[in-house]
Amino acid sequence: MVAMRMLDRKLLRDLGRLWAQALAVALVMACGVMTLILAMGASRSLEASQSAFYDRYRFASVFAEAVRAPRHLEPRIQSLPGVSAAELRIVKPVIITITGMTEPASGVVVSIPDTGESAVNRLYLRAGRLPGSRVPGEVAVVEAFAAAHGFRPGDRFDVVMNGKARRLSITGIVLSPEFIYAIGPGDMVPDPRRYGILYMSETVLSSAFGMEGAFNDAALTTMRNADTRAVIEGLDGLLAPYGGTGAYGRKDQMSHAFLDSELTQLFAMATIIPPIFLFVSAFLVNMILSRLIALEREQIGLLKAVGYTDLAVGWHYAKLVIVISAVGLAIGCVAGSWLGRGLTRLYGEFFAFPFLIFTHGIDLYAIAATVTVAAALAGASSAIWATVMLPPAVAMRPPSPTQYRSLAGAAVPTNPLFSQLTVMVFRHFLRWPLRSTMTIIGTALSVALLVTALFSFDSIDAMIDTIFFRADRQDATLTFASASGPEAVTRVGDLPGVIRVEPYRSTAVKLKNGRHERRMVIHGLTQQSELSRVLDRDLLPMQPPSSGLVLSERVAALLDLQIGDPVEIELMEFADRKVSVPVTGIAESYVGLAAYMELTALNRLLMEGRRVSGARILVDEDRLDELYAHIKQVPAIASLALQTVSRDRFRETVRQNISYSITIYVTLAIIITFGVIYNSARIQLSERARELASLRVFGFTRAEVSSVLLVELALIVIIAQPLGWLAGYGFAVLMIRGFESDLFRIPLVISQATYATASLVVIGSAVVSALLVRRRVDTLDLIRVLKTRD
Amino acid sequence: MKINAIARPGGSVRAMATDNSTSEPVFRVENLTKIYRTGDVEVRALNGVDMTLYRGEMAVLLGPSGSGKSTLLNIIGGLDQATGGKVWFGDTELTGCSQRELTRYRRDHVGFVFQFYNLIPSLTAWENVALVTEVSRHPMRPEEALAMVGLDHRMSHFPAQMSGGEQQRVAIARAIAKRPDVLLCDEPTGALDSRTGVLVLEALSRVNAELGTTTAIITHNAGIRQIAHRVFSFLDGRMSDCTVNETRVDPAEVKW
Ligand SMILES: Nc1ncnc2c1ncn2[C@@H]1O[C@H](COP(=O)(O)OP(=O)(O)OP(=O)(O)O)[C@@H](O)[C@H]1O
Ligand SMILES: [Mg+2]
Repeated sequence: MVAMRMLDRKLLRDLGRLWAQALAVALVMACGVMTLILAMGASRSLEASQSAFYDRYRFASVFAEAVRAPRHLEPRIQSLPGVSAAELRIVKPVIITITGMTEPASGVVVSIPDTGESAVNRLYLRAGRLPGSRVPGEVAVVEAFAAAHGFRPGDRFDVVMNGKARRLSITGIVLSPEFIYAIGPGDMVPDPRRYGILYMSETVLSSAFGMEGAFNDAALTTMRNADTRAVIEGLDGLLAPYGGTGAYGRKDQMSHAFLDSELTQLFAMATIIPPIFLFVSAFLVNMILSRLIALEREQIGLLKAVGYTDLAVGWHYAKLVIVISAVGLAIGCVAGSWLGRGLTRLYGEFFAFPFLIFTHGIDLYAIAATVTVAAALAGASSAIWATVMLPPAVAMRPPSPTQYRSLAGAAVPTNPLFSQLTVMVFRHFLRWPLRSTMTIIGTALSVALLVTALFSFDSIDAMIDTIFFRADRQDATLTFASASGPEAVTRVGDLPGVIRVEPYRSTAVKLKNGRHERRMVIHGLTQQSELSRVLDRDLLPMQPPSSGLVLSERVAALLDLQIGDPVEIELMEFADRKVSVPVTGIAESYVGLAAYMELTALNRLLMEGRRVSGARILVDEDRLDELYAHIKQVPAIASLALQTVSRDRFRETVRQNISYSITIYVTLAIIITFGVIYNSARIQLSERARELASLRVFGFTRAEVSSVLLVELALIVIIAQPLGWLAGYGFAVLMIRGFESDLFRIPLVISQATYATASLVVIGSAVVSALLVRRRVDTLDLIRVLKTRD
Repeated sequence: MKINAIARPGGSVRAMATDNSTSEPVFRVENLTKIYRTGDVEVRALNGVDMTLYRGEMAVLLGPSGSGKSTLLNIIGGLDQATGGKVWFGDTELTGCSQRELTRYRRDHVGFVFQFYNLIPSLTAWENVALVTEVSRHPMRPEEALAMVGLDHRMSHFPAQMSGGEQQRVAIARAIAKRPDVLLCDEPTGALDSRTGVLVLEALSRVNAELGTTTAIITHNAGIRQIAHRVFSFLDGRMSDCTVNETRVDPAEVKW
């Protein structure tokens, strides 16, 4: 037993000697563990927060809107099989005016039962109380909106409801499971400053909107094993006569869909990135251990000769690997938990949760530990196996000198093209093809990681450029409270500062092709549209054809449609009347599911004469304030979306989020590069100390001697660059695919600057690790190296 | 002192060093000491050594293990620095040279041969020699150097494809190819059997005779003393004895 302790002492000395290399490997492992814990931890915490909020506050699972349905439908809705509770509400758009804010804000006002207790989508009361049913001006507002304006209970603000200006007084600050992610019209990310959710009593709202005894919105919770599709169909049947636009489940509910896609992305991050790090660390462990065992060949032989079992010797080296993994694991767990909390908080700001539940799954740490140690031992296995198998007699004999091959056939001693130092570099590089390849792969992976992280800037920029400068070039979009005649357009044109008006009609539909079906909106655009344009697949503007339907690429793919195919349209606004129209064009669109028609063609299809849903306008910038002031007084206008503000908000939000992830990715890439390059340089140095010392003895300068090592590293780093770009492109494609949802599509754009930056960062960290190793070459102890045998 | 200022000592003197007075000194060593300190322990590897080596001379250094032979050779070869005393190479004081100047000195003037050959495994015999000739001022061609050690037929072999004796001869060819002023050999036959050892000694003595290279050989084999002009004996960090061989013996006749 005393002897075992001697081996452990050797283990400690080995670690003391190899600490820099061991730490480099441990850091690479830590990165894997960190991303795993960070992403899994954040996704679990978010999921836990989500489901707690949903459960406790009765988030609905079926939603429906109608124009005006009688409240006496309530018992029939309640008794649909599978329904556990139903809340029939009035939900209406409002325009909000806040003192000190020139541009108008908009929002929706949602009714709450006079009793205060909703059966579905209950409110979490953060402060104050819910509005009463007798005082007409009382309102509760969502927390994000209140925070954006510094509102507290007792504060007041103005709204235009159903064309009438009103002053409202805040009684409470609330959060709703229905609006965890609340996005305003025309916006791409939430902007709580310009978009608010207001809650008022049913009595007050029904009189304000002339909706006594009626509702226009239903939210239903279902029983555990209910057939949601049947509930949707039943509800559709009941609401169809009252302008029902089709019930839908959670996956089509905006807030839920966004939250879900975020969770999917986190999960993807947790499953794609850690394996990269585990792979690299396994390779590094293999490299270090193989070298160590080669150096200690004779010691191993000796240990076996004096009676240590094969297993004891193998276990000795396995312990070294386990110690390194443990350090990596510890660093990774701490960093991962810490960053995971940070990320969850970041999401908490983005998504309106009343509380965040941080889950520390012990199992998560256990999984991380198992996976890390297993990967490291897998990397070490061949080296350890070699130790176990080494017969003591063979081990005591020195290994035969490394065999090299000449570069091209037999080396003819003629005037060489390259100096002998260069020949040394190339031969060594080719002598260890596997190691050279793995080192290249490791370096290429960090380039790829950086490209993957950095390209999102390019793609988002391209997306912004396409959406805001090519497709939707209007300054503002006005939505009418209900489809209106052409005189509404004229009125908009008469508003101060309006330079150009383009009316549009949009209508909710269900598109069907065989068993594929999808809910979306058809946009009817005027011929010669200048502001809102449909873009073809080359991003060039195309005219909506005078007949037929233009689909976005994603819609065409989802429904498996090509140009010329007929598509069945279910018109939700018109009691699900069905028509069939041919697909006449395919367009590019990055937001939502889009289908386009020419305005008059759409009007014909709807059999309604010339009606429009709203208008896009171009505005004289100098008269903006005047316009805002007027708009608030036009009753027909239900909401107003401002392009510039939306764009800036989008850019800012996305940049913030990307910056966070880029910081993490850059750190990860630097650590990989460092781990790979530093280790491979150190191992080369250890293998070639004798060679390098000999060169010094012959009178080669330090610079010349280090160049033998560094040129090979440079070669590796240079070869890795194009490979890294290629892999980065591949990762980017995967990322884009992963991000793609019905809500968003991101175009794949990678600028040369992104490739260059990725390479610069990697080359920079390679140079730093090379310099660290160079210092060791400079201080090589010539005499000691040369007087010992290999 | 400038590196370039290290001048080749001596002119065309090619005298056998039997008569010291007529020969040019290459190295002058004065009261040289070298102390190694490891923690509290102090080892006096060299304890006041005085000696002179002359141009064209072949010297053999004998002595028990630990007596300081290698330490002396490393210092005069510019691999190591002395603790006290002085070493002159011609008019240049090596003990006052910087690391850079010592590198330059090794590059231009010194050839080393070690017990463990120290060939570069990734270079062939020819390339191992060319490695040195590429950076020297007046080198011979690598094949010439290899011919001198009788290996002109093994030029394109890698170290792994050669025997120990052959590898050592490549090492000698590599050391002499730049026409060094001095050839310093630390137990060149230490890892070899007697027949192979003789081949190596023959190569060394041929180089000494034909090129007039001052040669110092450290050995534990007392038989080898017979090939030298002078034999230096070391004991406990001092030179204990110096004898001149009246008649030298051909390496082939050395009794092992
Ligand atoms: N780096 C070192 N640190 C401490 N002591 C050293 C070091 N190198 C040599 N010594 C000591 O200096 C003394 C002289 O060593 P040196 O190598 O010169 O002996 P040597 O005569 O060449 O012996 P051998 O015939 O065994 O090669 C020895 O006692 C040795 O232990
Ligand atoms: Mg010695």
